[in-house]
Amino acid sequence: MSTRKAETKQPTETKATRRYFDEVVYWLLRAVMYFVVAIVGFIVLKIVWEGVPAISWSFLSEMPRKGGAEGGILPPIVGTLCLVTGTIIVSLPLGVGTAIYLNEYARQGPFTRLVRSAITTLAGVPSIVFGLFGLGLFVYFFGFGQSIIAGSLTLACMILPTIIVSSEEALKTVPQSLRDGSLALGATKWQTIWKNVLPYSIPGIMTGAILGIGRAAGETAPILLTVAASYYLTLPSSIFDQVMALPYHLYYLATQHPEAAKVQPLQYGTALVLLVIVLGFYMVAILIRNRFRKQCRW
Amino acid sequence: MIKPHWKEKAIRLTLLAAASTSILIVALIFIFLGKEAVPFAEDPGLSNLASADWVPVSFQEEQFGLLPLITGSLLVTLMATIFTVPVGIGAAIYLAEIATPKERAILKPIIELLAGIPSVVLGFFGLIVLAPIVKAVFGLPTGLNAMTGSLLLALMAIPTVVSISEDAIQSVPEAYKSASLALGATRLQTLFRVTVPAAMSGIIAAVMLAMGRIVGETMAVMMVTGNAAKVTLDPTDSVRTMTATIAAEMGEVPVGSVHYHALFCVGVVLLLVTFLLNMVAQRALRGYQN
Repeated sequence: MSTRKAETKQPTETKATRRYFDEVVYWLLRAVMYFVVAIVGFIVLKIVWEGVPAISWSFLSEMPRKGGAEGGILPPIVGTLCLVTGTIIVSLPLGVGTAIYLNEYARQGPFTRLVRSAITTLAGVPSIVFGLFGLGLFVYFFGFGQSIIAGSLTLACMILPTIIVSSEEALKTVPQSLRDGSLALGATKWQTIWKNVLPYSIPGIMTGAILGIGRAAGETAPILLTVAASYYLTLPSSIFDQVMALPYHLYYLATQHPEAAKVQPLQYGTALVLLVIVLGFYMVAILIRNRFRKQCRW
Repeated sequence: MIKPHWKEKAIRLTLLAAASTSILIVALIFIFLGKEAVPFAEDPGLSNLASADWVPVSFQEEQFGLLPLITGSLLVTLMATIFTVPVGIGAAIYLAEIATPKERAILKPIIELLAGIPSVVLGFFGLIVLAPIVKAVFGLPTGLNAMTGSLLLALMAIPTVVSISEDAIQSVPEAYKSASLALGATRLQTLFRVTVPAAMSGIIAAVMLAMGRIVGETMAVMMVTGNAAKVTLDPTDSVRTMTATIAAEMGEVPVGSVHYHALFCVGVVLLLVTFLLNMVAQRALRGYQN
């Protein structure tokens, strides 16, 4: 080996240069890492810096005027909240049910393998394809039209894998002895799950649900095809109504608006509100996760 | 053996039904995309997709050639992958092997934060901040081109590469590293000749999954690539990806028109590409988990 030969000739110097070389490589990797961190920081700070001046109570609580060039963003905020609520109502029971079945009931076999590969497939489907699917199935085939319900169902399909995977992780962390103890006392399987397994996995399930909500709130491509109106000033009164949505509103203001350059403060304001909502959900999820980790020691 | 109560049975069946919905949804996605794409094969015929032009609205002759869209997606995806791989893997190595635990606790959430930024917000950032920079640096007439798109996509793919690669690197058994160090290798030699090669299949899976995300990404790409449908492999050209085409045009097409069905054909191609990438990635992941 060449290095060893070199070492026997001039041991101290080679060692020193090698250590020096090692340090250089470490610093290079560190630079790469902090480069990414700097970009993330720059993006977030830039949007906060430019967005904060645009935020006011009237911006959040008023209707847009003049095609979005003036006024507030109340309808998109309400629309996004409606969509997110609908999404979670559909996907949470389905996702948690799937996780319970996979982790508590099913024997490992062809069926569970099929379910698992369906979940990973679903996780990899591009969001615009979900949009096409929602358009074909919910908007036209079921005849919901472009509406909250079509959009919520589409988004629910999209975040289902997130909820299933995190719920199953949560169920897995509950020790088997808790189930055994309950069953030994004569409880049925469902009583055991309901009283002894689910309560301990709720933080984990909530983390997954909140991450899913965050994703649903920020997605644009699926709702582009299934719900969103670019300018629609009536607040929704039923689940079959069209709504505006924050991500689509930002897209509209930034690229479709005839005076895109003039409405830049509004763009930054909308971006900031969207970012705060989405990242707010993520923060809550991370807080719950950390708290739960500290509390639970079996 | 006590016979289960009917309630227990009902609950079991309900949960079984819930578990089956995932399979149902995947099946429905394939069925509905296929169902809406098939009429195109019947009426203008699949050979139309081989044309070199995508001119969906025209007074003379409409053309639905997928070639410009596929090269657009390919160009952007390959460039983004080239950008994201060294940065993502470098950051993953740093997080897994070099950072102190305290440093990790701060850095990891920041990477997760990047994953959380909605793509339309990143697209907006790209449009307002990145595009002018690219325009100035390369001296181009416009900053809306494949280069800006792939830089933005690379950024979006970094969290995927980092978190899966880091996982793979961390799951390399401690014994491998100890053995290497005991033989006199330095920490760096151990890192690059033992740890990283041992985690290679996980790292490859991370890259494949990231590519799947890049191909499927819609909003950011639509906002910054300029959306000119032409066959080109020049990074400074405007390109139009498959995803952007669907998102931009689906709103304006009459239902059941040739254009409508053509967009579903684009969707089918997109679905198949991401499906294949994910399958390969899953195989690689299983490789290192076992």
